[in-house]
Amino acid sequence: MANVLEVKDLCVSYGKVEALHNANLSVGEGQIVTVIGPNGAGKTTLLSAIMGVLPSTGEVAFDGAVERVPEVERMVARGMNLVPEKRELFGEMSVEDNLVLGAFQRYRMGQRDHGQTMEEVYALFPRLKERRTQMAGTLSGGERQMLAVGRALMARPKLLMLDEPSLGLAPLIVREIFRIIGELRKRGVSILLVEQNARAALQVADHAYVLETGEVAMSGPAHELADDPRVIETYLGLGGKHQDRLANV
Amino acid sequence: MLLGQDGVTNGAIYALLALALVLVFAVTRVIFIPQGEFVAYGALTLAMIEAGRLPGTLWLLLGAGVLVVALDGLDALRRGGMARLLQVVAANILYPLALLLLMRTTSTDTWPLAAKVLLTLAVVVPLGPMIYRIAYQPVAEASVLILLIVSVAVHVAMVGLGLLFFGAEGSRTSSFSDASFTVGPMMVSGQSLWVIGTSLGLIIALALFFNRTIYGKALRATAINRAGARLMGISPALAGRLTFMLAALIGALSGVLVAPIATIYYDTGFLIGLKGFVAAIIGGLASYPIAALGAILVGVLEAFSSFWASAYKEVIVFTLIIPVLVWRSLTSHHVEEDE
Repeated sequence: MANVLEVKDLCVSYGKVEALHNANLSVGEGQIVTVIGPNGAGKTTLLSAIMGVLPSTGEVAFDGAVERVPEVERMVARGMNLVPEKRELFGEMSVEDNLVLGAFQRYRMGQRDHGQTMEEVYALFPRLKERRTQMAGTLSGGERQMLAVGRALMARPKLLMLDEPSLGLAPLIVREIFRIIGELRKRGVSILLVEQNARAALQVADHAYVLETGEVAMSGPAHELADDPRVIETYLGLGGKHQDRLANV
Repeated sequence: MLLGQDGVTNGAIYALLALALVLVFAVTRVIFIPQGEFVAYGALTLAMIEAGRLPGTLWLLLGAGVLVVALDGLDALRRGGMARLLQVVAANILYPLALLLLMRTTSTDTWPLAAKVLLTLAVVVPLGPMIYRIAYQPVAEASVLILLIVSVAVHVAMVGLGLLFFGAEGSRTSSFSDASFTVGPMMVSGQSLWVIGTSLGLIIALALFFNRTIYGKALRATAINRAGARLMGISPALAGRLTFMLAALIGALSGVLVAPIATIYYDTGFLIGLKGFVAAIIGGLASYPIAALGAILVGVLEAFSSFWASAYKEVIVFTLIIPVLVWRSLTSHHVEEDE
């Protein structure tokens, strides 16, 4: 299978502190790949560097072409989209306007099909359709996350990168979000998922990487990692039946 | 009554400038002091075209264009090859050359007024995005203070160039309409109707632009959340250029509108811009409607104070800013990020 994303020896430093050291990672076409790890392991840094939000050294090959220095606008134009941890919605604009802007880059390149894409997003998130005239800033946490994902989908990305989509959400909403992630894969969107909710992430993913203090500590097929004693001990804990139920779709 | 009318007419101009200032600040965090220079450039360019002379702003346009190509050319070549480079050259060098050719070959002073106005806008408005590219884009991520310092520099440079292009003498252009009407006890001149009408029209057009079109929404989005906008592929550079184009358009149009009412000198723009700035401050550099109302207030206050105490008229107008600032600092509260 061809790889949508191939990251080689990616390094990011904040001043003298190296937050990410020689990270290697790949995402196959139509795959869900998850990156798990504790706080401060460099997960968000990794996504930001791939997207070009942060300067980095190394090599990012996306969709067959190498980007020495990724640049956000260019990556968006080429079909990569990031849903950041903070969502970064346009709070004082309506849900619908937020979605329309998600298609800005496509619109600029002459593809004016955002009406149709919007219907597809509404089909995926009926709740957003109910609230389409509401200001984004007044939505609940779960709705905001849906809007952030929906807005990214408006760009019809080849690769969707999700940073902690379950952060701060009620368990039921988390389940809903993971259901949608599974649904997106069926539609052929490749996904790079960064999560602290390791159990749910490993359940839905095909392949997984464990990031620890800026380096890839382990990697392998998601179901294998889920059975790995080291992963169980550190990230899954024992007897987390409750978590299991949450993750089951 | 006459004073009130005068005040509202001037207020309409200040309102436009205040809107431009609020817009520029919201999107790019630049306090755009040179806004007034675009007023002067617009007015004086029109005056020179009327006099049948070649406006100096055209040379500035050409010079700035060459600079932009020097800055952007290599990048364009690397990114998009020859086609992209040609685009950049066409927009920044060929366009001013075409205007130059047009003005050299035809005698523009015989054109109808509307065409002269259009020509003026065609010369002055592209200066906006070029100035953004040259002066602000390299420091776009810097603090508000640094951007302000750059603004002061651009302002001084533009005033100096204005003196070079237009000379120290002021000009006045022929008015759009010589008609005047008597409504009850007062006389309304056609020109002030033009000013108020155009301002209203432009304000409505801007409102439609921001609420209905995707580019307008993109600018609002950039103002609300820069990081989020970038992730949508709305580059700050694009937003900046678009904003500066709007600001230049508003400035030049204001200049064209005031030119028949007042004599404009190369450095008049600063005072006009500063009054727009007072209005924008009343709106906290954030609220468009309050800024517009503030502008009318500034205009009326100026008209009345120039009648009763003309020596102090600027003092009175600018003193207005002190109670406003006190009131704002007492009432405004810091809004936390809602995430």
